[in-house]
Amino acid sequence: MHSFWAVFKRELKSYFTTPIAYVFLVIFLFFSGYLTFKQGFFEMRQADMRAFFMNLPLLFVFMVPSAAMRLWAEERRVGSIELLFTLPVTVTQAILGKFCAAWLFLVIALALTFPMPITVCYLGDPDIGMIVTGYLGSFLMAGGFLAIGCFFSVVSKNQVISFVLSVVACAVLVFAGRPTTLNYLSTFFPAGLVSVIETMSFQTHFESIQKGVLEFKDLSYFILLIVGWIAASSIVLDERKAS
Amino acid sequence: MISVKELRRSFGPIVAVDGVSFEVEKGQVLGLLGPNGAGKTTAMRMLACFLKPDSGTATVCGHDILRNSVEVRRSIGYLAENSPAYNEMTVGGFLEFVCDVRQIKGKDRKRALDRVVPMCSVESVYHQTIETLSKGYRRRVGLAQALIHDPDVLILDEPTDGLDPNQKHEVRGLINSMAKDKCIIISTHILEEVEAVCSRTIIISKGRILVDSTPKELKEKYKCSLEEVFRKITKSKVA
Repeated sequence: MHSFWAVFKRELKSYFTTPIAYVFLVIFLFFSGYLTFKQGFFEMRQADMRAFFMNLPLLFVFMVPSAAMRLWAEERRVGSIELLFTLPVTVTQAILGKFCAAWLFLVIALALTFPMPITVCYLGDPDIGMIVTGYLGSFLMAGGFLAIGCFFSVVSKNQVISFVLSVVACAVLVFAGRPTTLNYLSTFFPAGLVSVIETMSFQTHFESIQKGVLEFKDLSYFILLIVGWIAASSIVLDERKAS
Repeated sequence: MISVKELRRSFGPIVAVDGVSFEVEKGQVLGLLGPNGAGKTTAMRMLACFLKPDSGTATVCGHDILRNSVEVRRSIGYLAENSPAYNEMTVGGFLEFVCDVRQIKGKDRKRALDRVVPMCSVESVYHQTIETLSKGYRRRVGLAQALIHDPDVLILDEPTDGLDPNQKHEVRGLINSMAKDKCIIISTHILEEVEAVCSRTIIISKGRILVDSTPKELKEKYKCSLEEVFRKITKSKVA
């Protein structure tokens, strides 16, 4: 457990000792605000955060892989992976330590959007429950995207390649659930297959949590997704750490 | 303390280490010698549990490298070839991280840092980030990291590579001072280093052990300098 904490602490610190954290936070906060107001936050005349949460999947498609791409690609490129795995650290401890640090970093980014709920509360009387579940959904979605990013970071030594691959994988999982995609797919795929694609998409599960409905199927979707991609990362890393 | 049995590892069609066996006892400093690509680094990486062997195994301080790799890594100090480290960290932060992983806490941590920092002469760069260090200082930080828990077994891959003559002399002095109560394996192709620090030498080429002897015996047997012995052995036996 101490190895997990050591890796976790080092990783989280490394975000803030390099400009990565600050560049990431500024860009994330700017776009999360910009997209919300561009979407017609005031025109809706409703005190809720729908406009904010609606754009989050799209923003996460680009932002989360950019936070995840360095996790292992950098470590393998610089060679510090040799140092890490000749210290008494297991692959699982290292993967989980880094993943949790990156996840906490994303939680900090999400927490810094606090002026948004404050604004909404100031302007009207919003449903706090919906805001809380919205944030919970965003937290789980960040974890899901991060697990995918972590996997592709293990697969390639090159950060650009790992970024592009994870953006594509995340985008597929988001856009697969959009009505336009589903309508198009239903023109040539049987209904059963279309509904399978819909259930596998981030969008569907995120939207249902964001509406304030906490269902077991949505929670288990995100948990399975995270566990699955993290387990795959561990297996691949164990095989490829020295290559 | 180290027992290697028929260790073998290949990368695709290239056999890097081909059935290597040897034993090293406490108090011995073993010099692994060999031309580039002989398999020295691969053998050391397997002993440090970074690479898995294709076949064969080894035990370090009674722990098997395959079944009990965390225990092995706990009991060794390992300095890798290019002394990899986290570039954005300061030397102090990096050593603290290694202490965290190795569970060196409180007073023990202070004692360990007070011992290892002057020992490896890194006081002057303690608050500097590792990316700003010269090759020699990086190597010393790597050495400090390997010695911080005062391990019984040291595996050092080219420990004096990139150091200036004064620093080389210091590191050799350091190895000699620790030689009595530790088991040390160093790899090198600087032959004067072997004479200066090693009590035993193994020459490997193309993954196989060609000679297992002491530097003194080798010189007596071949009646020439160690450098000529090395050339004779690696050229004739490999060809």
